[in-house]
Amino acid sequence: MKGEIVLEARDLSMHFGGVHAVDQVNFALWDNELRCLIGPNGAGKSTFFKCLTGQHVPTHGDVVIRDVHVAGREPHQIARLGVGIKTQVPNVFDGLSVEENIWLSARRWHKAQRAKVLTQETLERLALGDIRSAIVGTLAHGQRQWVELGMVVAAEPWLVLLDEPAAGMTHEEVETTAELIREVNKTATMIVVEHDMQFIRMISNKVTVFHEGRILIEDTMDVISADERVREVYLGHKSQ
Amino acid sequence: MTWNRENKWRAGLVVLGVIFLFAAPNVFQLFTIINMTTAIAFAILALSLGLIWGYGGILCFGQTAFFGLGAYAYTVAAINFGGSTWAILVAILVAMLVAAVLGYFVFYGRVSDVYLAVITLTATLILYSLMRRTSGPEYKIGKSLLGGFNGITSPPLNMPWDTSQVLFPEHVFYVAMAALILAYILCSWLVQTQFGRVSVAIRENELRAELLGYDIRFYKMALFTVGGGIAAVAGVVFCNGVGRVTPDVFNLYNTALTIIWVIVGGRGTLIGPVLGAILLFYLTSSLGTQAVLNNNLVLGAILILFVLLVPKGIVPSFTEWWDNRRALRTSRRKEVRMRRRRSRLAEANGEAGDER
Amino acid sequence: MDLFVALALQIIYGIANLVLISLGLAIIFGMMRVINLAHGEFLMLGGYTVVVSTNNGVNLWVAMFILAPLVVGLIGVIVERCLIRFLYGRMVDTLLATWGLSLLLIGLVTTIFGAQTSTTISAPFGPIQIGDYTSSGYELFLICVAVLLSLAVYLVLRLTKLGLVARGTMQSADMAAALGVSTSKIYMITFGLGAAVSGFAGALLAPITGVLPTIGATYIAKAFITVISGGAAILAGTASASVLLGGINGIMAFVTGPTIGEVALLVAAIILLRLMPRGITGRFFRKNL
Repeated sequence: MKGEIVLEARDLSMHFGGVHAVDQVNFALWDNELRCLIGPNGAGKSTFFKCLTGQHVPTHGDVVIRDVHVAGREPHQIARLGVGIKTQVPNVFDGLSVEENIWLSARRWHKAQRAKVLTQETLERLALGDIRSAIVGTLAHGQRQWVELGMVVAAEPWLVLLDEPAAGMTHEEVETTAELIREVNKTATMIVVEHDMQFIRMISNKVTVFHEGRILIEDTMDVISADERVREVYLGHKSQ
Repeated sequence: MTWNRENKWRAGLVVLGVIFLFAAPNVFQLFTIINMTTAIAFAILALSLGLIWGYGGILCFGQTAFFGLGAYAYTVAAINFGGSTWAILVAILVAMLVAAVLGYFVFYGRVSDVYLAVITLTATLILYSLMRRTSGPEYKIGKSLLGGFNGITSPPLNMPWDTSQVLFPEHVFYVAMAALILAYILCSWLVQTQFGRVSVAIRENELRAELLGYDIRFYKMALFTVGGGIAAVAGVVFCNGVGRVTPDVFNLYNTALTIIWVIVGGRGTLIGPVLGAILLFYLTSSLGTQAVLNNNLVLGAILILFVLLVPKGIVPSFTEWWDNRRALRTSRRKEVRMRRRRSRLAEANGEAGDER
Repeated sequence: MDLFVALALQIIYGIANLVLISLGLAIIFGMMRVINLAHGEFLMLGGYTVVVSTNNGVNLWVAMFILAPLVVGLIGVIVERCLIRFLYGRMVDTLLATWGLSLLLIGLVTTIFGAQTSTTISAPFGPIQIGDYTSSGYELFLICVAVLLSLAVYLVLRLTKLGLVARGTMQSADMAAALGVSTSKIYMITFGLGAAVSGFAGALLAPITGVLPTIGATYIAKAFITVISGGAAILAGTASASVLLGGINGIMAFVTGPTIGEVALLVAAIILLRLMPRGITGRFFRKNL
C-alpha cells in the first residue's frame, strides 16, 4: 500500500431505531487513493457516507481524518479540514447564478482576488462558461450536478467525497465526469459512492462493496466482478 | 457581475432620498413632517426585517422586540445620562446584545424556521405584558421610572455631546431621514460583501453552505444581531417622533404590521419593505379617520390576499413584469425588423423577377 | 400544610390552564404540521359564543359544552376549506395566512361587538375554603375538565376509526391516499376538531378572563411555548410541557410575582429548545400520541 492512511472509520455503527444501517464498519483510505463504494440499495453506503461528512452523528465508533476525530462534528467543521463533499441529491444554491455558486466555494478558502481567478478557471475547466450567469434552479439535472462538482473542485480540497456524481446524467456526461474525477484524483484523495458499474470501471482500481451495513469485500474491480458473493448480493440467490 | 444595474437603482434611490430630506421641511407643514418622522421610523424597522428575512431567510416574527428595546433603552439611558448622544449607542448595543443572545440559543440549537418565528413572536408578547406591569414606583432603572401601561416620556435628541442644544421636531425629521438613508446604504453594502452573499447562500441552501465550510449558525446569528441593531435605531427615531415610549411598541398589532410591510413590499429587496411600511402607514392612518372598516380587518385581508395572490410582494412582482415587458418588446422589435427586412428582400426579388 | 395544599392547587391549576389553552393548537400542529397563529382568536370566539348565547337566554352549560365547540369547530372547517387547504406543505405561508386570519377575526369581532364587551359571565362556582386559604371552586372544576378533555382526545385518537385514519394520514399522506383515504377530508376534520377544542377551552376560560376581541393575544404566547416545547406528540407533548412549564411558572410566580413567572416560562422554553430542538417529545416519549 502506498502512503499513509488519511481517513479511517473505526468500528463505525449507525442505528435508526432497530435498523443497523451501518454495522461496526472498519474502513481505511490511503493517500492519493480513488476508492469506490458500491452495494445494492439499502446496503448502508450512503449512510456510511453521511457519517463521514457530518450529516449523521454515528451511534458508535469514530471517524478519523488525518488524526482529527470528526464523528459528531458539524459538517462545516469537517469541510474546513479541506474536504470537498458532493451529496446524492444535488445541493446547490438554486436561486443564484452558476458563477455565484462557484464563487461562494472559492471565496471560502481564498482572498477576493484569487477567488475570482479560481472561479473563472473552474468555469472553464467544467465548461460552464456559457451558462455562467444562468440561475442554477432553471438548469437541467445533469448541469446542476456539474455545478455542484464545480463547487467541490473550486475549493481545491485534498480529500473529495462524492455521493453518486453520475446519477441522472446522459452517457456522454458520464464519460466527461469520469474524466474529471480522474483528473481531480491527481491532486486529491477520493471516495466515490456509485451504483453504475460501467462508471466505476472507468475510474477506479479499488472498490469496497457494502452489504447489509457491513463491508462484504474490498478489492480491485476485476476481482470483485468475478466474485460469487457480490453477484449473489446484486442479483439475488441463484435459482437452480 | 450582475450587481451593476441594481447598484445604479440603489444610488438613484439614495439621491432621491437626499433630495427629499432637504426639500420636505420646506414643502410640508410641521404636523405632516412630525407624522413623516414616525413613518420613517417604521421604514427603518421594515428595512431591518427585510434584511434578515428577505436576504438571510431568518423568519423573525418579533422584530418589534428590538425596536421596542431600542426605544426603551434610549429613553432610560437618556434620562439617566441627561443627554442623548451616548443613549443612542446604548440603545443599539442593548438591542444587539439581546439579539445575539436570543440568536445564540435559536441558531446554535438549530431551531427550525417555523419555531424561530413562534419563539420571536412569543418573546415580543412577553415583553409586552412584562412592560405593562411595571407601573409601580419600585420599577425603575436608575433615575427613570418605567411607567407601566403609560410608558415613559422620551427626552428629545440633542446635538452630539451638547445637551444645551435640543433638536426641534423638524430637525428630528432630518435625523430620521438621514438614519433611513444611512441604514439603506449600510444594508445595500452589506448584502454585497462576502458576508451578505454567504447569508443569501445560506437562505438558498443551508446544507450546501455548511458543506462548503461556512458556519451557518454564526452567520445567522451575526445577521440577526445586525438586524436587531438597525431595528433599535428605528426605535430611537420612533420615540423621538412621538415623544414617548409605551409597551404598545411590543403589542401584537405592531408585530403583525412589521411582517405585513415586508410581505407587501417584497422579500429579497431593500426598497420593497421601506415602501411597504410607508404605504401602509398612510393607509392605516387614513383608515383611522373613518369608522366603517376596522384596521385589523383590513390588514388581515391584505396579509391573506398577498400570501395567496402576490406572495413575492409588490416590488419583485413589478420588476419581473417590467423585465418581461422589456424582453417582449425587444423581441417584438426584432421580429418587426426581421419582417421588414424579409419583405424588402421579397420586394427586391420581385422587382428582379419583373426585370427578368 | 394548608399553604402547601393551596400552593399545590395553584400550580396544578396553572398546568391545567396550559393544557386547556394549548390542546387545540397541539392537535392541529401534531397532526397537520400547521402552526395556527389564529389559535388565540379561536379561543376568543369560544368566549364570545358563550357570552352571546347566554345573553339570549341559553343555559350556561349548554353554551359552554355544546354551542362553543360546535360553532368554533364549524368556523374551523370553513377556514380550512377556504384558506388552509391551499397552503399545505408551505409552512411559512400557512403561518402568514393564519396570522392574517387572526387579524381578520379580531377586526370582524370588533366591528360586530365593539372593542369592549360590557357583559361578563360570573364563574358558576363559589370559593372553597382550605384551612385559612380560599381557592376558587371554578378553578378546581377546570382542573377536572382539563383531565377529562385530555382523556377524551386520547380515546378519540386511540380507539376510533377517525383517530386511526388520521394518525395514518399524518404519518404518510401519500400512503393513506393510496389506500383510498381521502386526505383532504381528514385534514378538514382534524382542523375542525382542533378548532372545536380551542373554542371549548375559550368558553371555559371566559368567566375567568372576560371576553375582548383582543383577548387571544394573552393566550397565544403561553400556548405556543407549550406546544413547541412539547414537540410533535399531541398529548404526551402538551402534558409534559404543561407540567414542566406550568410548574416553573407557578413556583416562580409564587416566589417573585406573576411578571417574572411568565418571563421564566419563556426563558425555560428557550433553554429547553437549545437542548432539545424538536421539543420534549422529539427526544422522549417518541412513540406516544
